[in-house]
Amino acid sequence: MTFELRGRGIVPGRAEGEALVSRETISGWGGIDPATGTVIERRHELFGVCFTGKVLVFPGAKGSSGWSGFFQSTRLLGTAPLAMVFTTLSTKSALGAVVTRVPAVSELDRDPVEAIRTGDWVVVDADSGVVTVTSR
Amino acid sequence: MRLADDEKAMLDGAEGPAVAAAMDLLVRYGEALGAARLCDTRNVAGTMTQPSPVKARLVREHGWDKAFSVINLDSDGDFPMPRMRVPMCQLQHGFGDDALGVAPYPAEMVALQGDAEAFYAGHGVNILATCTPYQVGNLPVRGEHVAWMESSAVVYANSVLGARTNCEGGASTGAAGLTGKIPCWGNHLAENRHGTHLIEAGVPVEGFLDWGMFGYFVGDVVQENRPVVTGDLRQPDLADLKHFGAATASSGGVELYHIPGVTPEAPTLEAAFGGRPVPEKVTYGERERRAVYETLNNQGESADVDFVLLGCPHASLDQIARAARALEGRRLHPGTELWIMTPRALRSVADRNGYTEIIRRAGGQVLTDSCPAMSRSAPEGTRVFATDSAKQAHYLPAILGIEAWFGTLEECVDAAVTGTWRGELR
Repeated sequence: MTFELRGRGIVPGRAEGEALVSRETISGWGGIDPATGTVIERRHELFGVCFTGKVLVFPGAKGSSGWSGFFQSTRLLGTAPLAMVFTTLSTKSALGAVVTRVPAVSELDRDPVEAIRTGDWVVVDADSGVVTVTSR
Repeated sequence: MRLADDEKAMLDGAEGPAVAAAMDLLVRYGEALGAARLCDTRNVAGTMTQPSPVKARLVREHGWDKAFSVINLDSDGDFPMPRMRVPMCQLQHGFGDDALGVAPYPAEMVALQGDAEAFYAGHGVNILATCTPYQVGNLPVRGEHVAWMESSAVVYANSVLGARTNCEGGASTGAAGLTGKIPCWGNHLAENRHGTHLIEAGVPVEGFLDWGMFGYFVGDVVQENRPVVTGDLRQPDLADLKHFGAATASSGGVELYHIPGVTPEAPTLEAAFGGRPVPEKVTYGERERRAVYETLNNQGESADVDFVLLGCPHASLDQIARAARALEGRRLHPGTELWIMTPRALRSVADRNGYTEIIRRAGGQVLTDSCPAMSRSAPEGTRVFATDSAKQAHYLPAILGIEAWFGTLEECVDAAVTGTWRGELR
């Protein structure tokens, strides 16, 4: 089954790949390790999971104002996600997506965390704001 | 996003390539937010000097100008960095040389940070080196547009001072420092500053411990929203609201709250909600107070305390004086260390007043610039720590894999002197 979500492009560009969905918000500082591209927050559902090369789908950013700097480091260290699709836009997630320099879409007509499942194939077209999901 | 003429000129390179890169980042960021325009700012608080592996490599291979371009302007260029266009300060960073031999922290990181300080100070950055710039000379006025990082400082600036800032990041503050501009979005707009939730304290909220616990409750309830808090609130002081805000920004992501009759944008309850209907209240009573206390203390099993941490956010002079009074004539337990974190400017006053000496004689340390969470460093072998800070109790167990106890300053000092946690909720 294939369906579309429509939103606003936050960082332009197009990418496609496998989804990694987090139902919990993600921390930058204290939440991820840029050297390995993994979530390191002990009580997080994705603890130990690597997001490198995945379309990261998450509700939003939480925690320290270091969020964007940590995701910028994933780009500089080659561990960044392929694209970002997130529910709630804030300065942390917006600047984080900008400095990670991957296609990003938010402000969608459906909550992407509810609609997309880990492993789904996702085409993120941030130029048009359309996210096309093919469920596995 | 619409750019003013001076902004267009900067983007086109009229003030050199570094300023053009800064404006390019602000345009990308402003468009990501959906901001209509930029606003002028003359007060930026960011982070440039904090050591990191990425920064160390950039500096080693290409020097400080390149490190600033890549990290603080998000640019691939390597531009000579001009002087900051507007007043800018460095927030907390890693440990400085006063921690050498005290904190197990790499000397090469202290050296890298020393180089960074020299470079950035030479480009107009004031090295305040604290999470509480408002304690040491950076005190924005009501209505002033500022561009600050550090969640506990952002919530203090917006709520207690009535200044206007979003929770900025390393690249947006770097770009703001070089341009004097920041996206006019979110907390910068008057219509986004009214309360969204009402929380009423049914129990007295008085003193540092209770303001912190109340903040931890409020943040958990409202998450990223804007709480208005009322009820049995006793007059808070600077340290109380410093703790309250930091706690709301730890259990939640609060950037702005109102206390009618206390904070500047809320002369009344109605004003706090901007004349809109007052929402149904959430009550903080005895049961909720106990639940917060238990949450903050559910990461402790062993009562054998190795380490006591005071001063998160960085201690006020009054907090240092209180710690000195509690420690006067006493001696720390042989297996327990005590650190108080404070801005270096306040430590110089503490030195002058004799507080530092009293604390040192007892076996404690007054340290500056950083904290155990920021520098990921506690005394060697620490398994159990105690703190009077809800924020540090929230973060440090996860960061260092240690147990935590939360209580009053006096209970923490007692644990430092006896080596045993004996705190309880009174």
